[in-house]
Amino acid sequence: MSGVRVLVGTRKGAFILTGDGKRKQWKVSGPHFAGWEIYHMKGSPADPTRLYASQTSGWFGQIIQRSCDAGKTWETPGGGMGKTPDGMPTGESNKFVYDTSPDTGKPLTTHQFYDGTQHPWEFKRVWHLEPSLTDPDVVYAGVEDAGLFRTTDGGKTWQELAGLRGHGTGPKWQPGAGGMCLHTILLDPKNPRRIYVAISAAGAFRSDDGGTSWKPINRGLHSQYIPDPTAEVGHCVHRIALHRSRPNVLFMQKHWDVMRSDDAGDSWREVSGDLPTDFGFVIDVHAHEPETVYVLPIKSDSEHYVPDGKLRVYRSRKGGNEWEALTKGLPQQDCYVNVLRDAMAIDSLEPCGVYFGTTGGQVYASADAGDSWAPIVRDLPAVLSVEVQTLA
Amino acid sequence: MIRVVLPPHLRALAQVKGEVTLDVPGRVTRGAVLDALEARYPMLRGTIRDHVTERRRPFLRFFACERDLTHDAPDAPLPEAVASGAEPFLVIGAIAGG
Repeated sequence: MSGVRVLVGTRKGAFILTGDGKRKQWKVSGPHFAGWEIYHMKGSPADPTRLYASQTSGWFGQIIQRSCDAGKTWETPGGGMGKTPDGMPTGESNKFVYDTSPDTGKPLTTHQFYDGTQHPWEFKRVWHLEPSLTDPDVVYAGVEDAGLFRTTDGGKTWQELAGLRGHGTGPKWQPGAGGMCLHTILLDPKNPRRIYVAISAAGAFRSDDGGTSWKPINRGLHSQYIPDPTAEVGHCVHRIALHRSRPNVLFMQKHWDVMRSDDAGDSWREVSGDLPTDFGFVIDVHAHEPETVYVLPIKSDSEHYVPDGKLRVYRSRKGGNEWEALTKGLPQQDCYVNVLRDAMAIDSLEPCGVYFGTTGGQVYASADAGDSWAPIVRDLPAVLSVEVQTLA
Repeated sequence: MIRVVLPPHLRALAQVKGEVTLDVPGRVTRGAVLDALEARYPMLRGTIRDHVTERRRPFLRFFACERDLTHDAPDAPLPEAVASGAEPFLVIGAIAGG
């Protein structure tokens, strides 16, 4: 019987919401890693029982957790639930060290800081984990300060793909108020050597050789908050999405502006159209209709909540420009929540389900591609991320 | 044996309850205690000290014998009461709201 598993990361732990095929009956498991920030949790497309979680804390730093049984039990890879000969648990999973070696690192040691000076890269946390499409032991990690890491041993060890920081524009990257983070990683399902990433505040980048070399892909972006609004880098891209059947077409929610590229990011055009505001964080694409796109407009960069007290998802069936408000089942008065960049996901059932989580702790689900909504849970800690696995 | 008290989150991560006891060879310093702790519980590497610089994470402090030892040198000897096991070495997380 089909079903879904919704993986929710919050400010105070992880939750797993398991739903039936109709997405009406739900079982809630958690909190896992209670009290820790779970920036992101995602399952392997190659093995749905394999989950990875980014567990982080201002006190204790970064931990990577792994589950091999769909979230029932967890381990810190590198020994995991195993024991040393004298019975002690093993497992070191959290070593993210920037590559400064002359062989692979093209050593790059500084980026722009808030005061305009150059500042050394300092690892802070993992924002996003993107498991390989084909190998459950291979995972990409987007980190703050912005960099891309990869594990090929199931999370035990991590190596930086240093060509991203080292390709030349790194000294121009700078943190936004939320830090300088690599938050989006898209693996091209048709071309295993192509990877897209996005960084706040630097922009979007593409590799066509499996992550060894990179180039900025920000032509057509226009950002008033940088001295040259059309600069090669410096743009605060919030999220990028693609449809697996057509990975050359990208949709972007930028700090302001909803954008579209039809040439793998080589050029972008604005498709904000008739949205009430084009500020926002999330963007995603319908599972079966590549021209159907979802955004969730937020009032402005200085007021991070939905406009007019109304929680509205907007859907375009024409690849942008013309948008319809989806409101059925969502609060339409006195609502002032935010929806963060990794907090929307779409399943691949028929019709596809759409999910998002709010900073108010609600996780909403639509089992009819956005036409109507209902909360799965209402009172979680602030939601940082939402992912969904479609179960056979 | 050296007694170490960890904050609750690190006890959960290391899958231990109560105090941790460690055999610390040689001089009993903060660095030696943390080396022994991380050798026995590898998942704690990076959570108390930075992996590379070995600097203390900023929101953690080290107490013992009703003293704050946070800013003592890592290779300074810990109090005799800690070395003898009479008193524990405490790793303390900063209090915070939110």
